[in-house]
Amino acid sequence: MLQSIVHVCLAGLSQGMFIWLVASGLTLIFGVLGVLNFAHGAFYMLGAYFCYTVLASLGDNFWLGLIFGPLFVCAVGYFVERYFLRYVYHLDLPYQLLLTFAFVLIFDDLVKIVWGAGSIGSPTVPGLGGSVSILGRMFPTYSLFIIAVGPLVALGLWAALERTWAGRVIRAASSDREMAAALGAKVPLIFTGVFVFGTWLGALGGGLAVPYVGLLTPGMGEAVIIEAFVVAVIGGLGSLKGAFLGALIIGLLSSFGTRFLPTFDMFLTFILMALVLLWRPQGFFGEASR
Amino acid sequence: MILSLVEVNTYYGTSHVLQDVSLGVAQGDVVALLGRNGVGKTTTLRTIMGLTPPATGGILFNGREVRAEPPWNKAKMGLAYMPDDLRIFSDLTCEENLDIAAYLVKRKGYWDKKKVMDLFPVLAERRGQKGLNMSGGEKKMLSLARALMSNPSVVLLDEASEGLAPMIVRSLAEAIGTIRSHGMTILLADQNLKFCRRVCDRGYIIEKGQIVHEGGMEEIWQDQEVVNKYLAL
Repeated sequence: MLQSIVHVCLAGLSQGMFIWLVASGLTLIFGVLGVLNFAHGAFYMLGAYFCYTVLASLGDNFWLGLIFGPLFVCAVGYFVERYFLRYVYHLDLPYQLLLTFAFVLIFDDLVKIVWGAGSIGSPTVPGLGGSVSILGRMFPTYSLFIIAVGPLVALGLWAALERTWAGRVIRAASSDREMAAALGAKVPLIFTGVFVFGTWLGALGGGLAVPYVGLLTPGMGEAVIIEAFVVAVIGGLGSLKGAFLGALIIGLLSSFGTRFLPTFDMFLTFILMALVLLWRPQGFFGEASR
Repeated sequence: MILSLVEVNTYYGTSHVLQDVSLGVAQGDVVALLGRNGVGKTTTLRTIMGLTPPATGGILFNGREVRAEPPWNKAKMGLAYMPDDLRIFSDLTCEENLDIAAYLVKRKGYWDKKKVMDLFPVLAERRGQKGLNMSGGEKKMLSLARALMSNPSVVLLDEASEGLAPMIVRSLAEAIGTIRSHGMTILLADQNLKFCRRVCDRGYIIEKGQIVHEGGMEEIWQDQEVVNKYLAL
């Protein structure tokens, strides 16, 4: 019994850290730019495909793919922000949702054109491909690696936002963009930078998913972005702390659900979201009104 | 004139808020922009700062036409702004609010963190406090101090004395005296005639988006007819 619970917890943690990686970029972009970026799931998908292409063309080296793949996606993110999104900041939320959703459809089809509509198998990771024994049962090493990466990204983000000048300027622009501009902050440049960085986080999540999901499919971003949205809403839109906590809870809940209540797996996630929203409409760490 | 507006027209949507506003501020002067609520004082300052850009007209700063410049460029040229709603970054500490202004615009001059904390000692006491948890009076001093941190040549102050207890208004007047003694030029939008008389040299009176009167501050103070017509509540 103990063995089973520990394994379910570990699986839940690794799943939660995955959702966190995707939700972190989504949350950062919403917190600073105020834009709910539906295309974030597409960036996750592109991250996976670019990572796959880079690693396949560089002698099956996963780590090179993980480093260089997301950079291509950053270029795509730059293009999206600089030439499209920038012009809808002053419009209502539905316009931003429509535009970013359009990008989801466009990128899904582009992936079909470039990589084909079928699925692509994914390679194992040298060094992390095996399993380790935990309480007498095998657990994938790669999942342990993901459990470690999640908190590292969280710590890195926290340090960057709280302890660097760029972070302070971003926090200032996020709490009052007009006043930040009046004090000399080049707000459009900050927005582009944050969007590209958020894109990188999503693409990194996609790259890390390559060995994990087993198969790359066009539209693989959609399932993840829905969970990331749930997590962002539960935690409080724009709150990184909330997204991290939300991802942990959803990951564990869904892992326990799969193990003990398989028919209610997704149901549990959404019932939790509904309950949280009833109890605290602004989420765990959200501001009451913005 | 270090700062002048030439027939500036500003709109909010279709509403014509500033109508051919012209005014000038000379180097080292403290100039009042007087008028009742909603006559265009805040819009005038926002227009100068570039937050609500004018549709037509000229804004000359240090002899340069800056009408089309975005606010961050104006800040780097030496304009600073204290808004009427203060706009303290609530997520940043008192000290970070000051640091960030000096970080964003690096101009040499008298003012630094130590100097503004000497001017407003309460800011030193509250240095680690988040903006969110500061009182109205503290926020006002922080907003003014933050405007000084970039060592601007002209500061735009919106409703500096509004909502402060009489004793604090007096010490604010002294602080403005200190600030000007270090060579700062100030444009002050306010409705408190007594306060303006203490700190300003000249004044403009604005009414329904138009400049209707200008003159020495003492002269405006004495002119009962003007005061009753445009300023009495």
